[in-house]
Amino acid sequence: MTSTIDHRTEAPAEAPAPRKSGGFTAAAANYIEDRTSISGVVKEFGRKIFPDHWSFMLGEVALYSFVVIILSGTFLTFFFQASMAEVVYNGSFVPLKGMQMSSAMDSALHISFDVRGGLLVRQIHHWAALLFIAAIGLHMLRIFFTGAFRKPRELNWVIGFVLFVLALGEGFTGYSLPDDLLSGNGLRIIDGLIKGLPFVGTWISFLLFGGEFPGTAIVGRLYTLHILLLPAMVVAFIALHLVFVVVHKHTQFSGGGRTEKNVIGYPVLPVYAAKAGGFFFLVFGVIALMASFFTINPIWNYGPYDPSPVSAGTQPDWYIGFADGALRLIPPGWEFVWLDHTWSFNIIVPVLVLVIFLGLVASYPFVEGWVTGDKREHHILDRPRNAPTRTGIGAAGVTFYAGLWAAASSDIIATHFQLSLESVTHTIQAWVILGPFIAYFIAKRVCIGLQKKDREIVLHGFESGRIVRLPGGEYIEVHEQVDEYERWKLVNYEVHEPITLRPNAQGKITGAARLRARMSRWFFEDRIAPATSKELEHGHGDAHGEIEGGGHH
Amino acid sequence: MAHDEVSGTHSAASDSSAVETSRGASTGTAVIASDVVNPGEPPHRHRVTDIDPKAEKRAQRSVYTLFYLSIAGSIFAVAAYMAFPIEDGDQAALRLNTLFIGVGVALALFGIGLGAVHWGKALMHDKEGIDLRHPVRGSEETIARSVEIFDEADRESGFGRRTLIRNSLIGALVAFPLPGIVLFRGLAPQDEDPAQLLSHTVWKKGARLTLDPSGIPVKASDVTIGSVFHIIPEGLNDLEDRLEQKAKAAVLLMRLNPADLNISPERKGWSYDGIVAYSKICTHVGCPVALFEQQTHHLLCPCHQSTFDVENECQVIFGPAKRPLPQLPIAVDSEGYLVAQSDFHEPVGPSFWERS
Amino acid sequence: MARKSRKANRRHPLATVVLIAIGLVVTGGGYALFSSTTTASADTSASSQQTIDEGKKLFAANCATCHGLDMQGTKDGPSLIGVGAAAVNFQVGTGRMPMAMQGPQAMQKPTQFTDEQTAALAAYVASISPGPAIPDERYLQADGDATNGGQLFRINCAMCHNVAGAGGALTEGKFAPELTGVLATHIYEAMLTGPQNMPVFNDNNLTPEDKRDIITYLKFLENNPSPGGFELGSLGPVAEGLFVWIFGLGAVIGLMVWLTAKSN
Repeated sequence: MTSTIDHRTEAPAEAPAPRKSGGFTAAAANYIEDRTSISGVVKEFGRKIFPDHWSFMLGEVALYSFVVIILSGTFLTFFFQASMAEVVYNGSFVPLKGMQMSSAMDSALHISFDVRGGLLVRQIHHWAALLFIAAIGLHMLRIFFTGAFRKPRELNWVIGFVLFVLALGEGFTGYSLPDDLLSGNGLRIIDGLIKGLPFVGTWISFLLFGGEFPGTAIVGRLYTLHILLLPAMVVAFIALHLVFVVVHKHTQFSGGGRTEKNVIGYPVLPVYAAKAGGFFFLVFGVIALMASFFTINPIWNYGPYDPSPVSAGTQPDWYIGFADGALRLIPPGWEFVWLDHTWSFNIIVPVLVLVIFLGLVASYPFVEGWVTGDKREHHILDRPRNAPTRTGIGAAGVTFYAGLWAAASSDIIATHFQLSLESVTHTIQAWVILGPFIAYFIAKRVCIGLQKKDREIVLHGFESGRIVRLPGGEYIEVHEQVDEYERWKLVNYEVHEPITLRPNAQGKITGAARLRARMSRWFFEDRIAPATSKELEHGHGDAHGEIEGGGHH
Repeated sequence: MAHDEVSGTHSAASDSSAVETSRGASTGTAVIASDVVNPGEPPHRHRVTDIDPKAEKRAQRSVYTLFYLSIAGSIFAVAAYMAFPIEDGDQAALRLNTLFIGVGVALALFGIGLGAVHWGKALMHDKEGIDLRHPVRGSEETIARSVEIFDEADRESGFGRRTLIRNSLIGALVAFPLPGIVLFRGLAPQDEDPAQLLSHTVWKKGARLTLDPSGIPVKASDVTIGSVFHIIPEGLNDLEDRLEQKAKAAVLLMRLNPADLNISPERKGWSYDGIVAYSKICTHVGCPVALFEQQTHHLLCPCHQSTFDVENECQVIFGPAKRPLPQLPIAVDSEGYLVAQSDFHEPVGPSFWERS
Repeated sequence: MARKSRKANRRHPLATVVLIAIGLVVTGGGYALFSSTTTASADTSASSQQTIDEGKKLFAANCATCHGLDMQGTKDGPSLIGVGAAAVNFQVGTGRMPMAMQGPQAMQKPTQFTDEQTAALAAYVASISPGPAIPDERYLQADGDATNGGQLFRINCAMCHNVAGAGGALTEGKFAPELTGVLATHIYEAMLTGPQNMPVFNDNNLTPEDKRDIITYLKFLENNPSPGGFELGSLGPVAEGLFVWIFGLGAVIGLMVWLTAKSN
């Protein structure tokens, strides 16, 4: 932990430590201080600086959604019965009166129809869950595209990744709890998926469901995971995640005065506390609005689970969509009997693809670190254009994920765009395979194009839109120079040159070295170096017939 | 690795090199950075609230108005809770209850949120502060001392030296969770074999085909061409494990023009005058395959779009499934009711390892 | 207050029936009257020869190209022997017939014929060979058992039409249409006759009472607002996911940008 922090305190009036004299507040503060030594914490964190950028709030959205989930979820547990014992529904919803259903479904309906505000809380809980995982996803993309995962933050990326996976688990277990038709069919798919795994599948399914599907155990077991084990793990990992944010201090974008050795922004007390604290209420407010106006998961339409019916458009919640989509994209016939056992490659392949994809996501910081060999700490963020290969890889990953995601709604795409189901599936199959390459290529080219444009602006100014007439009668557009702060943002980045392959101490070239050299060439072959001061001087003088406008106001 | 040393040119600009350069950390492959000098923080721009006392007053008014609005929202939500009861099970009333409590709560939240943020943005001191960063790695003395502590602990305990003790401890630690893992065998019944259970359904010779969910038996003459009947075995509703059995035994009964059916020789007697019965459980991951198109005679699974051709014994013609849907051999009993000739001749539903 | 009057309506046991009756009058344009007369005419042999002649002319002019003058069908259209008045009323009454063009399936369009002309066509087709008649009015009142209807709907219909009747995809560009806004007669007739790729649900599979219950359930869904608010098309998690990404996260990002922008 860092212990010495230099503050540029500008407002001594707002002294962080509890005052010594007068009033109840002071007495209370003294009381607590004498027993907790809390002043050390206030001194350490009270004026801690956080940089301001809208994209830095995404993690907070996830955190705040999680708090909303905990609050609303706790309320729901007071009513929900995690039991699959059969009861006859006798609540307020007319078209289910007299139906046999599990206690879980019965109590979920009771919350929805017979507890005042219960439906609102249910909808808050579910919308917050969707927002939670969406915010995590967008937060990860922000971290990825700005290179915020680089040293020293690689491990925190992995912790964040674990949180993402835990959130998926939370989502899926929660989705399955009401024991309605939609989630029941979702569980059936999971059951079929598990059974298709080689060696252990049948037994895992058997143990998970406590016998044959659907059994009478699964809802209770998922409930324990959903409200005990997984939330505890999420809380623990969030705590770890935040400890590392404090240890590393937040990254910042390049800007005047900002260096790798400082962080410029607002202090926790009071500005950051007001903004971030207020933001919690705003996120909660958006969730509450969604929950008041928009139905989510209308279990009363789905009815109780029964293994025979199914609804058109049976889909998981969006975050499991990529897995469902992967299952849908497998062409017919990928299953064989070999050595007297069934090898379900129509299940093994998508599972492997997803595991590899997630594995690549988790390990990317280490891969990039190995390729660049860069052992320095990085606290200034990259603009995505200044790391074209990384941005291209990210675009490829997003395209691949989006393809799987779209595949999970292939039937809805087909009906809404009046296409045939088969052609939608075939198109997405091609997209998932070719799309990432195309996206990589386009994104990389766009980045390099933008870098060229930045360089152009730095060296020759930007087109001001002002037309002037020269004494000779010639009309030209005035190019204006950007001011020095803007220019600094445009030139403050670095590029790497590819590794040249050299023999090691034993005079050998290892396979790993060869691979690394190839990767390095792939990463850094195309690059646009930032403008140097020499070029700047040159660029300004060598205005190709254009007039330098007054750059510095 | 030797190749870490390939970095030749260290960056010249002090600001763009990372904090670690002083410790001599590798920049990796040759780094090219700009030598343009950091211009320092841009000049501070005052806000209207800093310059114009009227604007400051206005902002102040906005903030407390928002907080008052929040209070109003909370009160509104409480009032809505009482004013919009739902006990008569009326959906419109429930909708209003949800809507008005929700709107009140949202107003209360937005009031606090917008007010606090506006306060922070417009009225609180807006000069940015600077924290200095230090390398995450601790000072060399601290590191040296911690290494020393471990060394001392190792010496004092003999952890490295007394290998027999150490290794037996590791062994014990590895072994101790095993009973816990074994306990999890109890998650499912002890005396059952899943592969065995998956291979059989409650269908047996002479079991009548009955309607889902009523359990009314079906006569062959009831099933007109183009019909589809959702079928469960006779007596299923009385079973203790009704849902588990239904999850395997659900059947789809269809009647086609007999000329449209291509029947293989070994299944000659399995259908009755164009009436065929197939398992409803998808051979992919087990969704109910129930979308029957009476003109094309295709069966579509709504979950992953596997498509089966009823004309050709439910062969897969599209989608991720591999195996055709298992066929239930049927016959007609003396009273004209449809009955099963036997159980399915293969396990129904998704594939599993022990299936061959 | 609007809320009060709505509540009052809901409370009254006959309210739903009244509401549906009003709805039918408004949307169907006196359909109830027409329907009961055609049922009567189809049931009794008193159906006037004049109507049948009228239908014959309409058939020859509009349907015979594809279905053949003798109704035996051609390569462009199926035989109409035995389809009955119910099928004609459904296909023509929902605008599916005459087809605008050959496609994966006949699309619902504004009807081409007046109610009288549809009735005449139905009478003519029914006069050539008997088939399912236009359903009896007493099964169309949506006054049955919604629970039974809901259960039967989920087992027999939801896999194609979705649990909330929002429709769904079939193979090769075909689809099961949305069921909201479909007249009770047409729902009944569709079950009875199995139009296009929809299977037939004859009276041994779903009794007339079962069909009435299914109609009751569908009309309950149609006439009662979703208690949770807007349904987002009743499309389930896909619509919910898109909504949270576009509007939920969109709103939050808007707030984030405002929050971090420097005050002016």
